[in-house]
Amino acid sequence: MSITVYIPRDSGALAVGAEAVADAVLAQAHSRGIEIDLVRNGSRGLYWLEPLVEVETPQGRVAYGPVAIDDVPALFEADFLHGGDHALCQGLTEAIPYLRAQQRLTFQRVGVTDPLSLDDYRDHDGYRGLARALEMSPADIVEAVTDSGLRGRGGAAFPTGIKWKTVLDAAGPTKYIVCNADEGDSGTFSDRMVMEGDPYLLIEGMTIAGLAVGAEQGYIYLRSEYPHAERTLEEAIIRAEAAGYLGDDIQGSGKRFHLEVRRAAGAYVCGEETALLESLEGKRGQVRAKPPLPAIQGLFNKPTVVNNVISLASVPAILDKGAAFYRDYGMGRSRGTLPIQLTGNIRRGGLIELGFGITLKELIYDYGGGTASGRPVKAVQVGGPLGAYIPADQLDTPLDYETFIAAQGTVGHGGIVVFDETTDMAHMAHHAMAFCAFESCGKCTPCRIGSTRGVELLERIMAERGQGSDPAQVELLRELCDTLVNGSLCALGGMTPFPVLSALEHFPADFGLVAETAHA
Amino acid sequence: MPSNSNALESDSSLIKTITEKHRHQPGALLPVLHEIQASFGFIPKDAVKQIAEGLNLSRAEVHGVISFYHDFRYTAGPQARVCMGEACQSMGSAALLDRAKALLGDGVEPVYCIGNCACAPNIEVDHVYHGRVSPEVLDALLKKREAAA
Repeated sequence: MSITVYIPRDSGALAVGAEAVADAVLAQAHSRGIEIDLVRNGSRGLYWLEPLVEVETPQGRVAYGPVAIDDVPALFEADFLHGGDHALCQGLTEAIPYLRAQQRLTFQRVGVTDPLSLDDYRDHDGYRGLARALEMSPADIVEAVTDSGLRGRGGAAFPTGIKWKTVLDAAGPTKYIVCNADEGDSGTFSDRMVMEGDPYLLIEGMTIAGLAVGAEQGYIYLRSEYPHAERTLEEAIIRAEAAGYLGDDIQGSGKRFHLEVRRAAGAYVCGEETALLESLEGKRGQVRAKPPLPAIQGLFNKPTVVNNVISLASVPAILDKGAAFYRDYGMGRSRGTLPIQLTGNIRRGGLIELGFGITLKELIYDYGGGTASGRPVKAVQVGGPLGAYIPADQLDTPLDYETFIAAQGTVGHGGIVVFDETTDMAHMAHHAMAFCAFESCGKCTPCRIGSTRGVELLERIMAERGQGSDPAQVELLRELCDTLVNGSLCALGGMTPFPVLSALEHFPADFGLVAETAHA
Repeated sequence: MPSNSNALESDSSLIKTITEKHRHQPGALLPVLHEIQASFGFIPKDAVKQIAEGLNLSRAEVHGVISFYHDFRYTAGPQARVCMGEACQSMGSAALLDRAKALLGDGVEPVYCIGNCACAPNIEVDHVYHGRVSPEVLDALLKKREAAA
């Protein structure tokens, strides 16, 4: 019997050499006359160990990583195909503490299965949620999602069930499901991992959404920086259609749902839902004023559900295992699990799915093992480029939507970026303003003009900081930030002040200020 | 510029084929522009009129969309991109960008996140992503590229 070996096809693993390792393993096996069955799985999310090679043994899957091409002959010598000992051996994959301690609901299959195998998907609880949904009324599906407490995982944290109910109640025969897969926040990749590692999960979630609100067409608006995800989704859609999971008669129910992938074109602002809809319509990705809400007048003016990948991917488990099962995870009003992405200057970066409530300190030190550089942590940015910088002495903060809102921050899409003590926080504040200026859609004045004025102000402050900054310039920056927060049409202008002001607040010395001036 | 009238002819018919193929899709302009750019490496300027006519849009609308999105361009794109997202910056990508610019000049551009933030810093060379890139790895990748050219 041939031995099953797993080497990820995840683009993160490929970027650190997984393809060459897979080739080398095949070549070695061939030259030694050993028959192996190579499965190209998703990533387990243990990125510091990528490329992670796993071997099926009677005891379970044994992990080796990070494997370089040059390690491959030695692995064969060590009989890794039977779980043999080697310096890179991590033991049984499921027993690796980083993975064992997680609560993987949405990511239960990612890294475990062959992403494109429908048999694998079904053998691991796939399409059970859809089977349940097909037996339920649209209102009951919506109620289950509402009862689960699921809130939008893209960043805005709006209750998913309430959004669905608005679309269900909206009049008209034509409605749409739009998946926001424009995962542009630095420090995030959970959407990508799902699309590359478990594409049927997203397809199933979108199909259930279609059944729930009465939509027969779905679009996945996918960022162009994710070509591997695009190829995987395209192939998965073809296979799902062939197996009757998409199309004009879903599993003999007479219900229709069609799905199409649309490639974005590199504009960060198109992650904002109304700009995304404009882009899907073939226009400049400019933000729309709300109301009307997309749920009432969305894509092509029709009622539209716009949900993030992880929101939609959370739905099948809710339908399969029940709203209460999902709701039992989490804390306060943040129910269920959050796929956290631990990134930046960190020893063990990766994907950590847990119920809400874990602290940043536990994540960074217990899971992450501290900084990659070995230097002390200076600041942590949570929630993408529009998230606040949190100083090293405030890492007891639990990950929970309300706690972060109260602290002028955001959990966002669950990305955490760690910075060590060498970071110049004035430079990072400048970067935030410059990014806003680069990505502004130009629709509203505070963001279009304000971001450029902010860049200029920060350049002046940074040029003078050696001699001590002019407090009047800092005051002007604060006033400008106030205008951006209160006067911008969307979160790009409205939240760019979060990283800027938090950097100023916690690291005044980097701006050439003594602490009292910054707090004045 | 196309070198002869035959090239111009074939460009024009390819653009027509692509536009026709997507014409009935709702919101067809982005798919059309992506396919044209994939075929030519950029959007030929004289294609704008033809796309506009094919999709029943104004030339201003087509140009407006091309100029709005970072992906679409009238000239060939960069050979390399260095990720300047916050996660890559925390691992020194600003220095990588400077180094790449010194070697490739205008052939390098920043990109804001390619979604491999746990393996920072990241770069892209000829549409292939590379993670955990040290200055030495960057040099080796760009030299290998030069040798292949």
